[in-house]
Amino acid sequence: MTTSHYQLKRVDLIFKNENDWKQILSRSLKRDQTDIVNSLISSELKGRGGAGFPTGLKWKLTAEQEADTRYIICNADEGEPGTFKDREILSQVPLKVLTAMAVCGYVIGATEGFIYLRGEYKFLEKPLNNAIKEFENYCNDIGFHFSIKIFMGSGAYICGEETALMESMEGHRGEPRNKPPYPTNNGYLGKPTVVNNVETLVHTYTIFKYGAKKFKDLGVQYSRGTKLFSISGDTPIPGIYELELGMSLQDFVDEFGDGDTKAVQVGGASGFLVPRKRFAETIIGYKGKLTGISLPTGGSMMLFNSSRSMFNVLNNYLDFFQEESCGQCTPCRVGCQQLLKGIHAVKRGEKHASYLKKLIKLSETMEYTAKCGLGQSVANSFSSIVENFWEEMVF
Amino acid sequence: MSEKINLTINGIPLRVDQNTTILEAAEELSIKIPTLCHHKDLCVAGNCRVCVVEEVGVKKLPAACATPVHEGMEILTNSLKVRNSRKNIIELLLSEHNADCTKCYKNGNCELQTLAAEYKIINQEFIHLPDTKCYTIDEFSPSIIKDDSRCIRCQRCVRTCAEIQGVSALTVGYKGDHMKITTFFEKPIADVVCTNCGQCVNHCPTGALIEKNYIEEVWEAIADPKMHVVVQTAPAVRIGLGEELGFEPGSRVTGKMVSALKRLGFDAVLDTDFTADLTILEEGTELLTRLKKVLVDKDPDTHLPLATSCSPGWIKYIEHMYPEYLQNLSTCKSPQQMFGALVKTYYAKERNIDPANIVSVSIMPCTAKKFEANRPEMHDSGYRDVDFVITTRELAIMIKQAGIEFTHLPEEHYDKIMGDSTGAGVIFGATGGVMEAALRTAYEIVTGREVPFENLNITPVRGMDGVREATIKIENPLPDWSFLDGAELNCAIAHGLVNAKDLMDSIKSGKKSYHFVEVMACPGGCLGGGGQPIPTSPEIRQKRMEAIYAEDMDMPLRKSHDNPEVVHLYESFLEKPNSEKAHHLLHTKYVPRQRF
Repeated sequence: MTTSHYQLKRVDLIFKNENDWKQILSRSLKRDQTDIVNSLISSELKGRGGAGFPTGLKWKLTAEQEADTRYIICNADEGEPGTFKDREILSQVPLKVLTAMAVCGYVIGATEGFIYLRGEYKFLEKPLNNAIKEFENYCNDIGFHFSIKIFMGSGAYICGEETALMESMEGHRGEPRNKPPYPTNNGYLGKPTVVNNVETLVHTYTIFKYGAKKFKDLGVQYSRGTKLFSISGDTPIPGIYELELGMSLQDFVDEFGDGDTKAVQVGGASGFLVPRKRFAETIIGYKGKLTGISLPTGGSMMLFNSSRSMFNVLNNYLDFFQEESCGQCTPCRVGCQQLLKGIHAVKRGEKHASYLKKLIKLSETMEYTAKCGLGQSVANSFSSIVENFWEEMVF
Repeated sequence: MSEKINLTINGIPLRVDQNTTILEAAEELSIKIPTLCHHKDLCVAGNCRVCVVEEVGVKKLPAACATPVHEGMEILTNSLKVRNSRKNIIELLLSEHNADCTKCYKNGNCELQTLAAEYKIINQEFIHLPDTKCYTIDEFSPSIIKDDSRCIRCQRCVRTCAEIQGVSALTVGYKGDHMKITTFFEKPIADVVCTNCGQCVNHCPTGALIEKNYIEEVWEAIADPKMHVVVQTAPAVRIGLGEELGFEPGSRVTGKMVSALKRLGFDAVLDTDFTADLTILEEGTELLTRLKKVLVDKDPDTHLPLATSCSPGWIKYIEHMYPEYLQNLSTCKSPQQMFGALVKTYYAKERNIDPANIVSVSIMPCTAKKFEANRPEMHDSGYRDVDFVITTRELAIMIKQAGIEFTHLPEEHYDKIMGDSTGAGVIFGATGGVMEAALRTAYEIVTGREVPFENLNITPVRGMDGVREATIKIENPLPDWSFLDGAELNCAIAHGLVNAKDLMDSIKSGKKSYHFVEVMACPGGCLGGGGQPIPTSPEIRQKRMEAIYAEDMDMPLRKSHDNPEVVHLYESFLEKPNSEKAHHLLHTKYVPRQRF
């Protein structure tokens, strides 16, 4: 029951499978490495895991490091609550991902690639290994030496953080490292490493296939191309949609909402909650000078209608963070516990409502001082929910 | 070639080497940035986040300990944003911490307490988390107590156990709010590979890891008129104790310490250095006997290298990790245990005291000594050989409790019978010291001449390198030792168990072959022991080492076999080194232990 007079443009680049990976791979391997990097840079593709680091630049930085060995890791530890796009990519078009990894290997000088697969995606391991076998056989046939191994995660959310992911692969506890140094200098086993999200890699495939211009023509300034959205919550049409970046949240809600949407959580538990009054002014895309309030997202869009308690929503997120923090740094380990216990104390009347202000300050401290993106981003959902739904927190 | 980086800190420009951290750069300007998880002995962790600073133009606050400087950086260490964040973090740590300071053993010597006092964290509004959790205190070990409710998860102990000791008895378990420092299968410390070295205690900023103290037991013994309380002091205590009582690191306070012990009410103040000298005669003889058995008799049951056995941390380590090498350990007890066995036999006889009425106390720089005294093997006198072991830190507490103005004390001398020592006994407190002392004596036994080093200082075995090697060539030996003519005695020294592991692996793989190895569990040897004053750092240990060697130089006698009381002991009681009686009282055996 869409109320929209205008429909968001559907794009079908990612899941369209024309089974042309062999041509794309062979064609790419004939190109000059710099040429590939430059076309990626000009496409303005940014990382689709949520952080939005320019992909071409990442490859370039890694390629430029002096080293005997380099690695490409595909981050398939898709753990953000409300995100389920990578699973579909790996199920439907795994060879696109593998091709992109191989081209990345060609560009940066890596002969080994890894897929860090979320523990809960164990069922994908076998089909993926079959795809890898097919892929490696072809590579052998054309005399290109590149191998890909799957590394199974064990279910820790934090291991999706790229440095914790590498610690985990090295056999250590999944704890994020201090940055700098960044993985482009000092990554897996201390070697320069590209860590790319599954979706990012598929977008590079699109760019190898159609060229940078076609990709850049989609989306808006600072947020080029398309994005897979995992749409869930109070929507009549949940699922995965490939849409152009740069849409307004109002247009999005008009199309995907159930007519009673009171808020949308953009970017999962580590993202922002946008209340109805802000729908019109919010743009889905990366931050830029001209785009006003723009929210980047790893693709999770959770819609909440008026039947939902935002206190429960926040409680759910904080419970998740309290559990999934690796526990090494103070702001995140203790901060998450204080935020969770704090909102309950306010709700029960054990603390005055003004205590929420102290908690917002605390979430700011966490944002400024936590060691990695997990602790830094707790403030996003916390302050956006508490500030916009103060009454629901207190009463 | 290292490039120079220009930056400003609080507006003050400076130029530092590339790869300098913000914390180190600030130190150059004498700007103090508070830290908790940072320790000079350990790798950078960057997890407490207390050292956050502001980089102008950057939203996030970098951790000063973990962030290298870069060109043009403008750092503020005391901006409002920094202050507020830092206070918030300290407040978080306090909310997670059982901050019942007056009931804490570390009260007054806790880095978190100091920080809380500096930042005047008075209005603590956060919910007190220990109330919501179930903590138990691990008190099963005779050496170490672990109280998770006082832990701030800085992981210094974890890094200490891994990086300095290579043991990893302590590790991080669980995640999120359940994250804690734990052991294999959460067993008590007493039941895992822990060597009781106490380095974790020495590096813990709070009261989460402390030594098991026996202060009250010692006070009770002193107060008991029936009991004759004898105290022995280890070599490294005299150069460490001062740090707890108002002296700079590296101060030698031997005379004041003896004076303080007499005032505390001990009936006899004696010296572990005496039995250190005795150890040299026993162990030196054992070495020469083994060399003869291997080189001349070709005895397949005698093993080389001979490894020293003075360090109980090292003993437990080898029992766990290299049980196949137990026959390489010297059968000599450590000086502490030799002393204990003799106090209740020889000393009791000489002083005509019923050994049942003797309480033997030792002051050690070590927590593993508590475990050692507790070993079932250590009852050869017919009694428990050493009743109570207290650390340098515990002695300082007793001195303070007794109201003794340590700095104003006169210097006094050790009592007689087992109070005499030589410089060779003193240097047991430093890594390489046992080796040096043994060589001073063994060389002379074999050749009839002093070791060919200026002032008897065998400098190749000294120093702070993790593993050191020395070769002593034997020329023109006495007729009894002619089989050693031209022999080159290969020695190696390791300190810190991570280095002991390297040494053992090189022996195990056949890469290296030695005749005699000395291993001390702690960095720097006993002077850096787990029972020594807190804090410790490479600089502090260096100063303590200089003090040890200065103490040696000032001793009138420098060779163990010259100790007149040791000579008398053999003449009147033990007959000769490695005699049957000596074997009964001064030697022991070891048990293989599992790693899991």
